[in-house]
Amino acid sequence: MYTWLPEDKFGRHQLNRRALVLGIAQGTIFSVIIGRLRYLQVTESEKLAGLADLNRINLRVIIPERGLIYDRNGTLLAENQKLFRIILVQEETNDPNLTIDQLGQILPLTPKQKLAALEKIHDSRQDVPVVIVEEASWEQIARVSANAPALPGVRAEVGERRHYPMGSNAVHVIGYVGKVSSEDLVTPKVRDPLLQVPDFRVGRSGIEKSLDHVLRGRAGNQRIEVNAYGRVMRELGSIGAQHGTNQQLTIDSSQQQFAMARLGDHRASAVVMNIKTGDVISLASTPAFDPNPFVSGITQVEFDQIRNDQGKPMFNRSIQGTYPPGSTFKMITALAALEEGLIAPDEEVNCQGSIDISGRNFHCWKFGGHGNIDLHSSLRESCDVYYYNLAERVPLEKLAAVARRFGLGVRPELPMAGIEKGYFPTRESKLEIHNRPWSIGDMLNTSIGQGDVLATALQLTIMTARLASGLNVQPRLVLSENGKQASFRPFSSIGISESSLELVRNGMNAAVNHVTGTAFRSRTADESFLIAGKTGTSQVRTISQRERETGLISNEDLPLNQRDHALFCCYAPIGNPVFATAVIVENGGTGSIVAAPIARDLLMRAHYGGVPSLRMYPPEERDEVKRIFLNLNLPLSPKITPQENRPTVSLKA
Amino acid sequence: MNTSLISDSVNPRLAQKISNFSWPLLALVAILSGIGVLALYSVAGGAMEPWALTQFYRLCAGFSLMLVVALIPLRFWYFCVVPIFFFAIILLALSLIYGVSVKGAQRWLEFGPLRIQPSEMVKLALVMALAAYYQNLDNKNISRLLYVMIPALIVAVPSLLVAMQPDLGTAILIVTGGSIMMFLSGIHLAYFGALLVILVISLALIFISRGTSWQMLSDYQFNRVDTFLNPSIDPFGTGYHITQSKIAIGSGGLEGRGFLQGTQSQLNFLPEKHTDFVFTTLAEEFGLIWCVILLGFYAAIIFYCTMSALRSNNRFGSLLALGVGSTLFLNVAANVAMISGLIPVVGVPLPLISYGGSSLMVIMFGFGLVQCVNVHSRKG
Repeated sequence: MYTWLPEDKFGRHQLNRRALVLGIAQGTIFSVIIGRLRYLQVTESEKLAGLADLNRINLRVIIPERGLIYDRNGTLLAENQKLFRIILVQEETNDPNLTIDQLGQILPLTPKQKLAALEKIHDSRQDVPVVIVEEASWEQIARVSANAPALPGVRAEVGERRHYPMGSNAVHVIGYVGKVSSEDLVTPKVRDPLLQVPDFRVGRSGIEKSLDHVLRGRAGNQRIEVNAYGRVMRELGSIGAQHGTNQQLTIDSSQQQFAMARLGDHRASAVVMNIKTGDVISLASTPAFDPNPFVSGITQVEFDQIRNDQGKPMFNRSIQGTYPPGSTFKMITALAALEEGLIAPDEEVNCQGSIDISGRNFHCWKFGGHGNIDLHSSLRESCDVYYYNLAERVPLEKLAAVARRFGLGVRPELPMAGIEKGYFPTRESKLEIHNRPWSIGDMLNTSIGQGDVLATALQLTIMTARLASGLNVQPRLVLSENGKQASFRPFSSIGISESSLELVRNGMNAAVNHVTGTAFRSRTADESFLIAGKTGTSQVRTISQRERETGLISNEDLPLNQRDHALFCCYAPIGNPVFATAVIVENGGTGSIVAAPIARDLLMRAHYGGVPSLRMYPPEERDEVKRIFLNLNLPLSPKITPQENRPTVSLKA
Repeated sequence: MNTSLISDSVNPRLAQKISNFSWPLLALVAILSGIGVLALYSVAGGAMEPWALTQFYRLCAGFSLMLVVALIPLRFWYFCVVPIFFFAIILLALSLIYGVSVKGAQRWLEFGPLRIQPSEMVKLALVMALAAYYQNLDNKNISRLLYVMIPALIVAVPSLLVAMQPDLGTAILIVTGGSIMMFLSGIHLAYFGALLVILVISLALIFISRGTSWQMLSDYQFNRVDTFLNPSIDPFGTGYHITQSKIAIGSGGLEGRGFLQGTQSQLNFLPEKHTDFVFTTLAEEFGLIWCVILLGFYAAIIFYCTMSALRSNNRFGSLLALGVGSTLFLNVAANVAMISGLIPVVGVPLPLISYGGSSLMVIMFGFGLVQCVNVHSRKG
């Protein structure tokens, strides 16, 4: 059976024919394949070569270093701390669950941390790395490196974290940085690739927010070739990141610290300014909060604690808290009347404790009245009736114009977010807001800084500085950028006659240094550093006729939010004013008792460059000052030399 | 005319044998093998390790095998067909039981350090079996149903075993190879018509079965078909191979990126770049021109196999040479069509170039048989 067939029988012709058919079929199929290769390698070549480049070339964002913030003496207010974090690149791991599991055993991670990490992975895009451990220890880094093959996609990375050495003491100036919100991604005109970087931080408040554009710097990029496993093979080129510029502020950190300590437990604000330069030396608002937890991501519990605090620590009272200026506004009314020639400085007005105008009774704060009062004594003793009298003569528009010149109702120009512009009423606004026409009663209230007038501590400080200098003092907060001094334009005149200003200043001088002055107890004993100022006690509630008859309820007996605001604004030294301040203690009571001593201490601290020596206080006040300082844990220094002209420290670029 | 068993066969002297060699065929095989070593050198990032050197040693062994096979009388191989075929079938069956699983299919059989792929051996064993069957069959019986069923069974057994691995791609190649042999033998074309009808019906059944209790293919096989039809479904899963391979071929362009300059292969974006996808590296680095030249070399080999068949004075030799040629053709066509996205991904190496001992030894044995046919043919 199994044999060779004779060769002539095997049908050679048929086999040849079919071999030919097979050959043709094979040739056809080869042609189709070559056609396919031609399609890929010629027609589609460009597109596919582009895809090959996309495969191998990764664009990495180089994150710039955020600009540092210094105080005027070169002390760091905001710095960048290096920290190691452990991240997971999702694209490089096949099974994130498994990788996290393994990582959890190696580090180790708590079940809660693991869950949080998995949630983060679930929520973010494939190509965005996820931070697993924000602050890793050296040991954890070492463990990750040693176990690298078992942990695909897991990397240790050097990161930077903003840190605020002064904590809560400077938070209302510096602000803080926080995570990028979805609004940040929508609003900017120019798309910044940095905003897409996970865990990138942007300024959320204060200087950090208002100067974010310069502090942030510009992202660089690095074109790198990677292999299929994401390993970097080589760099193809890069554009370096442009670091954010360093900002040196006008703030003096030790003055700031003193101001915060001196405000103590009050809900208060205080701004200290250099009159010659406009430099804001301290800008304090209490209570405050530590911004550092906000940087790394604050827990909901911590955040709620801060947000629900009755004292509203996140509220920056010095620039956002608007209060009726009360009697501190009287200088403006006086100047408006003097400039318009509506009153002579020596013209006397008789104060009987109240005044009847169009059927309504308007009271002076002093029960029984001041008797005969002129301009000088009206400021010294803060007589209200005198100013009611002026209010009948000065038109609202004239008063408003002078108030404007002193910055009331005008938003101060400082690089800070959320600065309030206060309020000064007009006839139209009265109708609009209260649905009543402007009345003489409104005018009277306005003349003593009540009614609708509202101002911040910063505005009152600016007002005081302008009163003291007669110049259009402009505040500033940035001293130099990257070592380059900010330009300074000499201030122009405020446009009020020097004689009128001098009359008002003398009144302010007497208010502090005359024995009948409202702030006599807050004077200094240093002849070369005498203070001139004005007290203010602004009413929060309406006092009824009935209460006046039965006797005023004292502040201590009122609920906190109905107590008067205590205000004091002042400058020093008399003759050559250098520093101005305004202190507002919210619901603090009487200005002369609560606000004036604080303002005095702040000016003295700024002048002496340290906690003032007790020798500089009047002898009968020293025990009280000592008590306060000891209560606030402020060191008592025996001897401090004045450092008025201490040069600021220049920072290297 | 001598009627003894061996008298019809030509058995010349050694010198005569060597001069009967198809030298162009030998040269072409040597050139393609050389290109293979070069490709493996490239995919290793310009290094002889770990593939190129091993492949070179295997080539030396392969060429020796080819020469030995060529010099042994053709009749010897004719009588060896039955044991060789059954040996291959037994190995295939063993691989199903003891085989090493690779990506869900049991394809490998391990003997100590030696790993062999019985499905490669079976391709050639089937060609030999069918050639011997038709050598032994009277012309007038070729188209009779019974004598068609026998070779159909010879084809069915190994292809079913391979399909059970499960390696559908190779099973289809084996069926196609067997059909070509039967076509060449001259059976009536009506059988092929019937085969076509059966094929269409069974394809329809396979796709209807999807997701039912009697599903006829594994999920991964369906996935492969899906990703073939639309590779973007899952670019990082099953579709990854096709997508990356197409990118590599396309980025090669007309002239290629240059030797060792292919980013797709050098940066490991290509899967299986030293085995089934080795052509992709060549396409990326040398471009369309060299791809066509390479396919030209394969076409030339197939042409010389056909020439050898025409020279042979017996059906066994003719069918054997044509069978080896068409096996080569099927492997090359399937491989290149797969990597360029013309057909779904099948596990087919590129003959002579892909890294792998089994396929290299088998194809060298096949070329040995083709040379053997040449050597033992009458001159002229």
